[in-house]
Amino acid sequence: MIFNWFTYRKYPDFWKNYLKSFKQKQPKSIEETRFVVFDTETTGLSITTDRILSIGAISIAKNSIDVADSIEIYLKQDEFNTETVEIHGILKDGNLKKITENEAIKQFIEFLGNAVLVAHHTAFDIEMINAALKRMKLPKLKNKTIDTGILYKKLANKKDKLYNLDVLCDEFTIPKHDRHTASGDAFITALLFLKIISKLKKERTVHYSDLFRTSNNKGLI
Amino acid sequence: MKNTIAERIFDFLKDYPPFNLISKETLLEVSKRIEIQYFEKDQIIFNQNDTPHEHFYIIYEGAVRLYRFIDNEKHNLDICDEGDLFGLRPLIMQENYLMGAAANEETILYGIPISLFNGIILNYPKVSQFLIASFATNTRDPFSDKHKGKLFANVSSIQKIENSFAETQSAKYSKNPITCSIETSIKEASMIMTKHIINSIIVAKDYIPIGIITDKDIRTKIGTGIFSIFDPVSKIMSSPVVTFPEKITVAEAQIALLKHKVSHICITKDGTDKSELVGILAEHDLNILQTNNPMFLVREIKYAQDAETLKHIRTKASELTKGYLEQEIPIYFITKVITEINIAITKRIIRLAIKELGQDPPVAYAWLAMGSQGRSEQLLMTDQDNALVFENVDEDSYLQVKEYFLKFATLITQKLHIVGFEYCPANIMASNPKWCLSLKEWKEQFKDWVKHPTSDKILLSIIFFDFEYIFGDKELYNQMSESVFKYISKKQTFLGFLSKATLDNPPPLGFFKQFLVEQDGENKDHFDIKSRAIRPLVDAARIFSLHHSLKVNNTIARYEKLMEVESQNKDLFESCANAFKILLQFRTLQGLTNNDSGKFVDINNLSKSDRLKLKSCFKPIKNIQDSLKLRFNVSQIP
Repeated sequence: MIFNWFTYRKYPDFWKNYLKSFKQKQPKSIEETRFVVFDTETTGLSITTDRILSIGAISIAKNSIDVADSIEIYLKQDEFNTETVEIHGILKDGNLKKITENEAIKQFIEFLGNAVLVAHHTAFDIEMINAALKRMKLPKLKNKTIDTGILYKKLANKKDKLYNLDVLCDEFTIPKHDRHTASGDAFITALLFLKIISKLKKERTVHYSDLFRTSNNKGLI
Repeated sequence: MKNTIAERIFDFLKDYPPFNLISKETLLEVSKRIEIQYFEKDQIIFNQNDTPHEHFYIIYEGAVRLYRFIDNEKHNLDICDEGDLFGLRPLIMQENYLMGAAANEETILYGIPISLFNGIILNYPKVSQFLIASFATNTRDPFSDKHKGKLFANVSSIQKIENSFAETQSAKYSKNPITCSIETSIKEASMIMTKHIINSIIVAKDYIPIGIITDKDIRTKIGTGIFSIFDPVSKIMSSPVVTFPEKITVAEAQIALLKHKVSHICITKDGTDKSELVGILAEHDLNILQTNNPMFLVREIKYAQDAETLKHIRTKASELTKGYLEQEIPIYFITKVITEINIAITKRIIRLAIKELGQDPPVAYAWLAMGSQGRSEQLLMTDQDNALVFENVDEDSYLQVKEYFLKFATLITQKLHIVGFEYCPANIMASNPKWCLSLKEWKEQFKDWVKHPTSDKILLSIIFFDFEYIFGDKELYNQMSESVFKYISKKQTFLGFLSKATLDNPPPLGFFKQFLVEQDGENKDHFDIKSRAIRPLVDAARIFSLHHSLKVNNTIARYEKLMEVESQNKDLFESCANAFKILLQFRTLQGLTNNDSGKFVDINNLSKSDRLKLKSCFKPIKNIQDSLKLRFNVSQIP
């Protein structure tokens, strides 16, 4: 790992701890790995001008979703886009307890540690977090990631289409409660993740490393 | 902090027992600590003999199969579905899993940490009550015989449950009541009462209560000039007094006041009128709503001049039942109150009938109730089942006497009908010449039924052997019931015939825990809770009671008595009593909701929690039926 010692010294403690956690030996089986399934709600779809309004994340270990190991954060943002309010339902000055973006990122990073990040269409959510990290003068996330949208395509005969969360919920009979809240979507994605893995295992032997390979050469992102 | 996921889990749990019994705050805390697990079809959740997990499970989606290996052979014991709990008992008992569990289809489980739940069991008596009910129904499981008696040995809260019932709240009464001696003049006693502003005074000697004088005595016996104010109190006092021990409960007090038709009860050291007086309990001490309390209704009944008025009062009693059920007052207490009201109505009607006939009964007689009324289990308006016994008379006057009683009984049944007790479709009523008999004829009748138990006679014995005295000469009733025990003790195979008859009742559940519903007719797809669930329990209680010559009719009281006389089968009888209470409450609520007898239940309209509640009652039914089979040699019965 190459980094500038002077830069490292300026990092806040939480980031130093975060980096340290990757020095530990990582488990190499699905059962032993801690997965963190997460989702963000944002003011819009632009990585540069839009902002994160909330982050919901929940962990999976030993094939079970642990509600006690979850986090739900709402952020104070000056950026505000009235058009997306009807999607995520978060008002600029609502009754929810909100924290600053810096504090939110700190809490999220502390919660995340070296876990494997799971999201549905990971790329956008991760880039939003990375953009926030950049504003804090911090580097990008280092975690391994799994996109449930891509994971789904590893199942037999599912290669052709791009599936959104709603379609997959219907296929896997997951109730669409709290859709378009960060925590709600994270929870739905967690169930989806367990179900897809279980289906994959039924079709063939699944190795830990299989989770990270894309299903076809084209890739998705 | 907002926790959307926990709220969603809370929304699910709150509909299922025992979580529906927990406060919102506590359940939300539980929801935050849930683990969610997903299982493919046939995936194993835990194996038999595994050490217990840290969680027990509720099925969120899918179904789970419980199984057990015996001699290397796999037996499927149960299929649980959405909302069912499993894997809890080993955690409480701190022992390994007795059964294995596997997903019967794709399944999502919520795991609830036992560490969190232990505290809830201790703090919520209703939760432990639910768990006992669901475990109790399993105590007779052939695989868990070794747990008999020590189930829940390490959960001390269980003892508390019985006491949490409203029924067993102790009643408040006035301590150190004012007394006067037997020589006191009425005038002096009245002055004491006036001075202390009390409406009654106890006549006592050395603190032993002898009698009581109330405002009413002074109004009816002095005001009217029957006695002089200078007479001693002994002339007008009511004596002996109704006494009760110090720990009288609200329920006991209400029932005692109803039963003895008094307005005051003396509380004494040991509960007899031979021990020291410690207090007086007056009707108003019970502090209940005036127009909607049973005592008020009974008083109204006493003054009712016609059947229409009684009908109106009976409607009020129905409302009372509904209120009691909503307040979750124990069913045993409710049945007692409603039975007292029904008896009061019947007695009033008998008095009105005698008045209307203008001719007193020629000889001693007793009016008897049969069936559910005889067992004091009537909560709703059901059919009237009754009979009449009269003193033996010589042949010459027999016809004349019988004619009177038939006319008498017909009038009574008509009036009962007006009140709302439907005529018995099988004509089991005292107005039927077959059921209006002299003592001698009744005895012969019973003897014949016991000796020659053909199917029609068995049906009749089932109805008639639950007879209860309502009005008239109690001695006639006593002689009848003794004759029944005598004949049965001479011919025990009769109980085998009774057992066989009840075993012919359709069972409640089919394979894989499906409710067996009616196949056709207007109640198609409805579950017959009366025939399939309640009657088997009632029948079994009757057979065991007849076997032990127990002079009790009420099913719960029968099981409680049986727990005493057959202590080795205490668990079995207790689980039956519990199941019966739940079923009776269920039927009554159904009946009140749908305004019918509650006999048929529309399974599809039941909430999951109600379905579970019903199912939990079926295991004791099976167990008691198995027990009947063995005990009374049913296989030997042709």
